[in-house]
Amino acid sequence: MSAIPRNQWYVAAYGREISHELFSRTLCDEPILFWRTEAGSVTATSDRCVHRRFPLSQAPSRLVGDQVVCGYHGFTYGADGKCVAVPGQTRVPRTARLTSYPVVEQDSFVWVWIGDPALADASRIPRVPYLDAAGWTTVSGREPLAARFSLLVDNLLDLSHETYLHGGYIGTPEVANTPITTEVDDEAGVIYVSRHMDDAECPPFYSRSTGLEGRIARWQDIEYTPPCLYKLHSRIAPVGSVPNPDGTDPDAFHVEVVYAITPETENSTHDFWAVARDFALEDAEVSAFLAENNRTVVLQDVEALDVLEKIIATEPEGYQELSINIDTGGLAARRMLARMAGARDEATTR
Amino acid sequence: MIPEAPPVLNGDRVYRIHWVLGTDRLRAVCHCSAEREFEDPVELWEWLLGHPAGHVPAPAPVPPRELAAV
Ligand code: FES
Ligand SMILES: [Fe+2]
Repeated sequence: MSAIPRNQWYVAAYGREISHELFSRTLCDEPILFWRTEAGSVTATSDRCVHRRFPLSQAPSRLVGDQVVCGYHGFTYGADGKCVAVPGQTRVPRTARLTSYPVVEQDSFVWVWIGDPALADASRIPRVPYLDAAGWTTVSGREPLAARFSLLVDNLLDLSHETYLHGGYIGTPEVANTPITTEVDDEAGVIYVSRHMDDAECPPFYSRSTGLEGRIARWQDIEYTPPCLYKLHSRIAPVGSVPNPDGTDPDAFHVEVVYAITPETENSTHDFWAVARDFALEDAEVSAFLAENNRTVVLQDVEALDVLEKIIATEPEGYQELSINIDTGGLAARRMLARMAGARDEATTR
Repeated sequence: MIPEAPPVLNGDRVYRIHWVLGTDRLRAVCHCSAEREFEDPVELWEWLLGHPAGHVPAPAPVPPRELAAV
């Protein structure tokens, strides 16, 4: 059985990656072709020609105006995936059509609905407006992960690993030694994990970018909406400072860390990461520092999870693990993901 | 030190788990207000998800607090 939940929205790309050129990416085991029409909207269809399955992203396949011409025998498709011309005959078979995917471009991401298009509801896409809003500056990237997406979910829901895997970057001793509160709303599909360190060492990641030195208040609030979007609301402030009752928080620095966790296949994952900040907006050095540092942290995780994938891929089903307090949120996420993946099987066997 | 972060999610069926400050114990709070402490998160989830089996509502439920704007 597949562990990948279907009938879900997934991040396929950053909007900046898609231009008026053929672009291919595999999501949830489906090879998908993307391109931007001359009017500027993003299209997503199957990347396999209906004739003999030649990849439409592969030269000599090409884009001519708002039509894709297959590089093998010339089947030609419109932006909606419908075949408009075939070689040597005037009649185009009525069923000649590429599977097309619902697409929404929002908050700097291109989201794609994987599943039954009739169920796609764009209002259910989780929002991250700060990735593309005035008053914020964002750095972002994507790393390939040769591991199943659930390993990255596990990793991100337990930030106590920062102390060990990312010591010297974002980890400090307090991260692993602070109590956490976990909240789970099954109906809304949200897992929220708070860790509020009110007197903590300032890790280099934040001292270099905020200028705060010594002890700080460091709050980490994880908000995960399975399967794809993970947000870490990070607040860094002088010790003793708390937000005002009206929600304003002038003494604090806010960093919104976002991950989009999109399965590529059952055993590989697109690890999209973004770091938005509400301070030093024009400071290119801070941008370069945060980008470089966060990418290093992401690659530390990637390296560890690639190793872990190789190990568990060879172990029999139901291998033994031991869960402790820090795993409370991760266990909740696993359960929600299993239910989402299972719901698909129910729907297709009915 | 803030022993417990204030509730953030405001649905009708929210499970909350507090890591009890200064201990190794987890306090599970069901949406029905039943509470129980655990040392193992796996057992904790079994109990929470077993609602309503064995869930006796707490004698004095915590009054709902103002929700922080997210
Ligand atoms: S495979 Fe595309 S036209 Fe033949
Ligand atoms: Fe209960």
